[in-house]
This record gives sequence, structure tokens and C-alpha cells, in this order.
Amino acid sequence: MKKSVWIIAGLLLPVLGWASGGAMYPNDEIDVDWGDKAAMQRGAKLFVNYCMGCHSLEYMRYNRMGKDLGISDELLRENLIFTTNKNGEQTKVGEQMRINMDKEYAETAFGTAPPDLTLIARSRGTHWLYNYLRGFYVDDSRPLGVNNSVFPNVGMPHVLMGLEGLKKAVVETHKDDEGNEKAVIVGFEKISDGSMSEAEYNQAVKDLVSFLDYVGEPIKQKRKNVGIGVLVFLFIFLILAILLKKEYWKDVH
Amino acid sequence: MSNQNNLLAWIDARFPLTKMWNEHLAQYYAPKNFNFWYYFGSLALLVLVLQIVTGIFLTMQYKPYGALAFGSVEYIMRDVDWGWLIRYLHSTGASFFFIVVYLHMFRGMMYGSYQKPRELVWLFGMFIFLALMAEAFMGYLLPWGQMSYWGAQVIISLFGAIPVIGDDITLFIRGDYVISDATLNRFFALHVIAVPIILLALVVMHIIALHEVGSNNPDGVDIKKLKDENGVPLDGIPFHPYYSVKDIVGVAGFLIIFSLVVFFFPEMHGYFLEHANFVPANPFKTPEHIAPVWYFTPFYAILRAVPDKLLGVIAMFAAIVMLFLLPWFDRGKVRSIRYRSGAFKLILVIFVISFIGLGYLGALPPTVGRTWAARLFTLGYFGYFFALWFISKNENTKPVPERVTS
Repeated sequence: MKKSVWIIAGLLLPVLGWASGGAMYPNDEIDVDWGDKAAMQRGAKLFVNYCMGCHSLEYMRYNRMGKDLGISDELLRENLIFTTNKNGEQTKVGEQMRINMDKEYAETAFGTAPPDLTLIARSRGTHWLYNYLRGFYVDDSRPLGVNNSVFPNVGMPHVLMGLEGLKKAVVETHKDDEGNEKAVIVGFEKISDGSMSEAEYNQAVKDLVSFLDYVGEPIKQKRKNVGIGVLVFLFIFLILAILLKKEYWKDVH
Repeated sequence: MSNQNNLLAWIDARFPLTKMWNEHLAQYYAPKNFNFWYYFGSLALLVLVLQIVTGIFLTMQYKPYGALAFGSVEYIMRDVDWGWLIRYLHSTGASFFFIVVYLHMFRGMMYGSYQKPRELVWLFGMFIFLALMAEAFMGYLLPWGQMSYWGAQVIISLFGAIPVIGDDITLFIRGDYVISDATLNRFFALHVIAVPIILLALVVMHIIALHEVGSNNPDGVDIKKLKDENGVPLDGIPFHPYYSVKDIVGVAGFLIIFSLVVFFFPEMHGYFLEHANFVPANPFKTPEHIAPVWYFTPFYAILRAVPDKLLGVIAMFAAIVMLFLLPWFDRGKVRSIRYRSGAFKLILVIFVISFIGLGYLGALPPTVGRTWAARLFTLGYFGYFFALWFISKNENTKPVPERVTS
């Protein structure tokens, strides 16, 4: 019957496979390093400066981020907290990273309210985010003058334009399975430069995505560390359990 | 020591403690040849306890209210001490409950554990499976994510396919015209109180029925036929301490695999925690692809394989009814796959492939090719029961030994 166990295990394996998204451009891999706190700090800086005008992180507290990423309360107050309460006082470090923008105003301005991004890395994945933030191109047919190759007709402007510069899409006509012709974006061409080179911009986006990945699950690093301890304990426990079983079963024939 | 004995005598005079201990553990004689497949019964019990204990702690922090539910889960994940662990244990436990129960059921099919005189053991077990599906389905609504919401919407709308009273039934289940706060509240009540009580009662009946007739074994031999001068089965060993210590090995092995998921892959690539469920429920925005959690996908694939909605719903429920009737589809006298015909082995393999195939397809968006594959597998699934009925009548079996083999 040992054989049947392996057969079942073998049959179950393909079920666990994970099919990643179809054709999209850009489609570059990103490898987030959970231990790279410096990258996450840089990402946090980018987030509060460029994203947090519109996007909240409403389940994330400033000082939790500070504790996990090694940022002191003073540094948080001086460099990362730009929001205020009703009386105009700076948001306290123990509070959640909410925004001041009114939801109804946001809907009028962008057509849809910018979503909270606390869990965006868990719902969309880091791969999608990395390519989405590098997928903005000039498109005069859109109200804000830009479109996105990963998220077509998205309501978001190219907030990082000043860093990346502007690019236009290189479009080819492809035929799909049913023979219909379809415009497909296959590349980008730089129109104007931003303050960063392409490599610097890619790194900045990677930092931002690393930060969002951290925010999606702040416990990720600790969970792994605890897990290793738990597994070490369980392996020792397993060995003892096997020895105990053998001792008892000596007299079963 | 004598104080202890006095206390025990005092209790025994008022409550059958020693009697129950002996009947169910110390003098419950189990066949000595249990193999790997016999771990999953005790493991199912372990997971049940795990779900109840973690569930109690989650209930202390969770808010069953539409506007707060999603946030309260994130609160548990971030602000509650070790809340993330409790939540992952519970969410991973749900999936492992089904893994363990499916393997436990497969064991029964392989060794004919449902055959006479264990029909009621099987039936109680099937009711546990049914209660477990209800429990998991209602529990999945509680995080109030997009997949919670739309998954529930799809499943409840299935009842709308019932002629005449269908719409009223869906209204009765939801308590509203759409899934809403009313639905969330009642699902919470059922998930936390009603179904767990039913589950526990059924588990007790499952075990009492099992201990009344005795455990089957990989040889399908009736160990009660041959007994020694004290009335102890020759091939039986007391459950405690032999199987209690052996099951600890199973528990340790199980916990290692379980911990690997909890600590390193709690989302299991979107199969245990679906990606879309990290977006709060939005009644105005349907997700691109709605898939139930993996343990429901075999039945969901059967539903989609049938072109007509009502017939599809009937087929889906029939798939479970078939399992209930398994003891009567099998007319064979030989229990274990070890001594059954090649034909039996063949249809069981086809059944397993069909079930896994359906589960795989049910998680994917349908295409023409996939729908036809699902139809083929549906045929394989139902075909098992009818083929078994015919094969088992005059089956070409091997001789079953008198005693268990080691």
C-alpha cells in the first residue's frame, strides 16, 4: 500500500501548481527580499511622498512600521507623517496610515476612489505591482494623458512621472486564436527623461513594491523565523514519538 | 495511591469513568495491522479540536458586522498578539480538515470499511462530511472579502434553480435580496454555534457506532471471529496504549506538514486563502473569476459540466448522495482491495483520477475543452458507483486469509 500513497501524492501535485498571469507587457520578474529593511525604508519614503496623497494604508500603524523597519518615532514624525487631524495637528505615531482626501471628492476627480493599499500586494501580487508601476505610457485619449499597459484605462495618473519621465507605447498588431486582429503593446520608447535613469527607476519601484509587500503582511519575516523553531521542535518530537511507539510495539507480533 | 483509588471508586460509583475508559480505550481491541491510511481518523479529530480552540480565540476579536468584519480580520492579523498565528491555524486547518477527511473516506472505500456491519459508521461519517461542508462554506463568508461575498452569492443562488420555491429559499437563506449584513450575522451564528454542535454530536455517534462493531483493517478480516480464552480477539491489541502511542507519531508527522503551510505558505498560492479575498466585499463589483475554495471544486466542476442549471444542481447534490449510498452499491462480500478483483481496482483508480481531475478543473475558468474534460470526469465519478454495483455481484475475488497479515 506504500505505492498507493505515492500515486495519490503524485496525482495531487499538479493541483498545487500555480498558473501565473497571461501575456502582459512589461512582464519582468521581481524577487522581494523580506530581510532588506533598507529597501523597505526607501519604499516607505516613496510611498508617503508620492502615493499617500490619495492611497491610505488604513490597517497599518505608523509605529508598527517604524518598529519593524527600524525607524524611530522621531524620524517618523520628522520624515514620514504628513497627515493631520481635524485640528491641524500632526497624526500620532500610534495611528493608522489614513489619508485626508475626501472619498466623494476622490470619486469626482478620478472616477473611482483610489483604493486602500494595505493588502494590494496580497491581492495583486508583487509581480503585478512591479510591472504595473512600470507600465505607464502617454495616451492622449485618456483624461489624464497617460494609460497603463498592465491595467488598461486605469484612472490613476502617472504619479512617478517626475522620476521615470514619459514614454510611448510600441504597438504591434497580433491575431488572437479566433483570427481577430488586436493591438498589443510590445515595448516602450522614452519621450522625455525624469530625474532617474531606467535602472534607478526600476530599483525605486522595486523598493516601493517591497514596502507594499511588507505592509500586506508585516508578520511575514517573524512568521518564517517562528516556523523554523516550530519545525525543529516537531522533528525532535517526531523522533521521540517513533522511539516511544517502537518501545511499546516490541511485544506485538 | 490509595487516595487516588478511593477517588476513582467514588467517581465510578456515580459515573462510569473506568467503564468508559476501558470500553473505548484500554480494552477496545483494534486490529494490529493498521497501516498509514489509519492515521487520518485520529488526525481528523485533532483538526476538529484545533478548529474549535482557534475558533474560540478568533471569535473574541472578530466583528460579525458587514462594515467591520474585513477590518477586524486585519486587526487580528496585525494588532492582536499572535493573532496572525491563530488566524492562519484556523484558515489552514479548514483546508487540512478536508485533506484529512478525503483521505479518511478514501481509506474506507479502499478497504470496504462501509460494508456490513459498518453501514452506520459510514452514514454518520457522511453526515459529518455534509456538516463540515456547511461549516466551511459559512465560515468562508466571515472574512468578508470579495471571494467570500461572491462565492456565497454563487452557491446560494444555486438554490434558486429549484422550481417554484427556489427564489423564496434563497431569500430565506440570505435574509435579504443580496448577501448582506443579515447574511453575515446568521452565517456567523450557524458557523460558531449551530453547526459545531451538530458536528460534535455526529463525531460522538460515529465513534460509538465504530466501537460497537469494531474497526475494519487493511485485510478486511473480521478479527472478532477468532478469540483467545479471555474473549480477546487474537489479532486485536488494546487501542491504548498501542494505537494511542502510534497515533502520536501520526500527529507529529501531520503537524510538520501542517506547520510548513502555516508558517511558510499560509496562502498556499491562493488555494487556501484566495488572492481576491484580500479585497473587501463589494456588492457592485463582480470579480473576473469566481472559484470556490479547492475542497469544493470537484462538486463545483460537476455543476458546471451539466449544461442546464437545475440539472447541474441536481447532479452536484447527487454526487454526494451517491457517497451516502455506497454501502448499498457495493454488493461484494470481500472488503479489502487486497483481495478484490482487478476490475474493482481499475474503477477505483478511475474514480480517484476523476475526483482529482474535477477538483483541478473546478478551480479554473471554464473553456470548451475543460468543460468536456469535466463531463468525462463526471462520468468517471458517477460511473464508479454503477460499475461497482455490477462488478460486486459476482466478483472474481482472491481468498481472504483467516487472520490479518502483517
